[in-house]
Amino acid sequence: MIAEKGAWNRLRTRLLFTGPTLLAFLTVMIVPFAYGIYLTFTNWDGIATTHTLVGWRNYGEVFRDRVFWKSFGLTLKYVLFSVVLINGIAFLLAYALTRGLRGQSVFRAGFFVPNLVGGIVLGFIWQFIFSKVLVYVGTKADIPILGASWLADPDKAFWSLVIVTVWQYAGYMMVIFIAGLMNVPGDILEAASIDGARGWTTLRKMILPLMVPSFIVTIFLSLQRCFMVYDVNLSLTKGGPFKSTEFVSMHVYEKAFLSRDYGVGQAEAFVLFLLVAAITLLQVYFSKKLEVEA
Amino acid sequence: MAGRRSYASWLKFAVLTVFLVLFIAPFVFLLLNSFKENNAITSNPMALPAGLDFANYKVAIDKMGYLTAFWNTLAITTASVLLISLFAAMTAHYFVRNPTRGNQYTFLIMVASMIIPFQAIMIPLVKIYGSLGMLNNKGSLIYMYLGFGSSLAVFIYHGFVKSIPAELEEAAMIDGCTRTQTFFRIVFPVLTPTTATIAILNVLWIWNDFLLPSLILVNPEQRTLPLSTYNFYGTYTVDYGPLMAGLVLTILPIIVVYLFGQKYIIQGVMQGSIK
Repeated sequence: MIAEKGAWNRLRTRLLFTGPTLLAFLTVMIVPFAYGIYLTFTNWDGIATTHTLVGWRNYGEVFRDRVFWKSFGLTLKYVLFSVVLINGIAFLLAYALTRGLRGQSVFRAGFFVPNLVGGIVLGFIWQFIFSKVLVYVGTKADIPILGASWLADPDKAFWSLVIVTVWQYAGYMMVIFIAGLMNVPGDILEAASIDGARGWTTLRKMILPLMVPSFIVTIFLSLQRCFMVYDVNLSLTKGGPFKSTEFVSMHVYEKAFLSRDYGVGQAEAFVLFLLVAAITLLQVYFSKKLEVEA
Repeated sequence: MAGRRSYASWLKFAVLTVFLVLFIAPFVFLLLNSFKENNAITSNPMALPAGLDFANYKVAIDKMGYLTAFWNTLAITTASVLLISLFAAMTAHYFVRNPTRGNQYTFLIMVASMIIPFQAIMIPLVKIYGSLGMLNNKGSLIYMYLGFGSSLAVFIYHGFVKSIPAELEEAAMIDGCTRTQTFFRIVFPVLTPTTATIAILNVLWIWNDFLLPSLILVNPEQRTLPLSTYNFYGTYTVDYGPLMAGLVLTILPIIVVYLFGQKYIIQGVMQGSIK
């Protein structure tokens, strides 16, 4: 512990070192978060300077809001498929690209590229791919499934969102897996191969258990990002066709800022936060139990 | 045996190459079509352009206010990243060297707050800062990035400051450095690799962020690149050529940076995930 002489000097150092960060953190994160909880008990419409307390009524509205729960269910389905595919593909890529393959750094750099670009732009690029390029391929090569734009069909529009999300995040999670794979000690793999363990057994019995910490991070990140997806949803399908792909984040945004139903919108945002926090924390808790020591 | 093995690795190489081509293909189609006229795009989106025609780019730069948006994004990203790195390093350093109960709890609250998604905060944020008249201002946005970005940055710095021996700082203070001088002359330089990691993670986030600036910046002159792209797309849906060019222009700056610094960017993401 390093301390200065005198209370005034100590206070000055404290303010200098922690003041700006804590002030911004407090006023941008904590105060709005707490104030948001308060807002869920009011009937504020976004314009009026006054609002009255309405007790638990907004939460009642949330549970009666069928569209919210439908959109939450849809998001859940989307999260499930996206998270499994992102992590599966990312792990396979990382595994293939940590074995001294020719040009593996070029591959790594290439797969990472979608992460440099924001969701809005990625969504617009894929909107063009789905509605023009793939339709062109479908008509010329006579592939019926590509004959019409995927974005015009509710079911296919859902899958196009999953595809774009997996494409977007697989490279990022791959990088995290590569970092994990490079930390798997070489000597125990050598020992395993001397004992006669072949590729598949080594992967299943040695590498995967040692990779649990990486999986905790990648699943946590992909869960959180997929649940809260907004950019790609907005620019690729805009929730359409006919509101069939409106994920829960977009629903909250519309409830608050377009329907001007701020109390209910904030209550939905808060319920969403509780659900997502519970899911991600449970995931971390149960995955931690799978961790092993090398 | 050797032949079979090289055959297998050749196969793996081929599979990965095909996969990489599929991965990059959307960007290639985007680039090709940005040089074509609308008719050429709709009749065959896969054909090569007739030549390098930059007409679409001229329209896009003009209509989306590209230069203004570029400078706005650059200013906001640079200022936010500098402030986050500097202040978070100072705070993390203070927390590590003064592990009082209050500081430890504050640190824990910051770490725990990382689970709060932006969507849970955006409505009250807009209400509070709207009633203070602080919307539509780049300075407010930068301040908010400091607030949202400092938790992760303090968390990452905290782990690395712990690995700096306190003796190093004590020696400097015995030699007459004040606490502040010690930080800027000894600690912050030692933390440079961590600062690079934090800068990279934050640039990728802030440069591409959409939802927060869309709520804060309303004036067209204030727009960042993601905002101007979105508006351009909304008002200009008939003509694909300029839209493609606009998207290429939006991606271009960060791709150029990536071409030179891809090794550091990938390392930065790795470092950020390990902690």
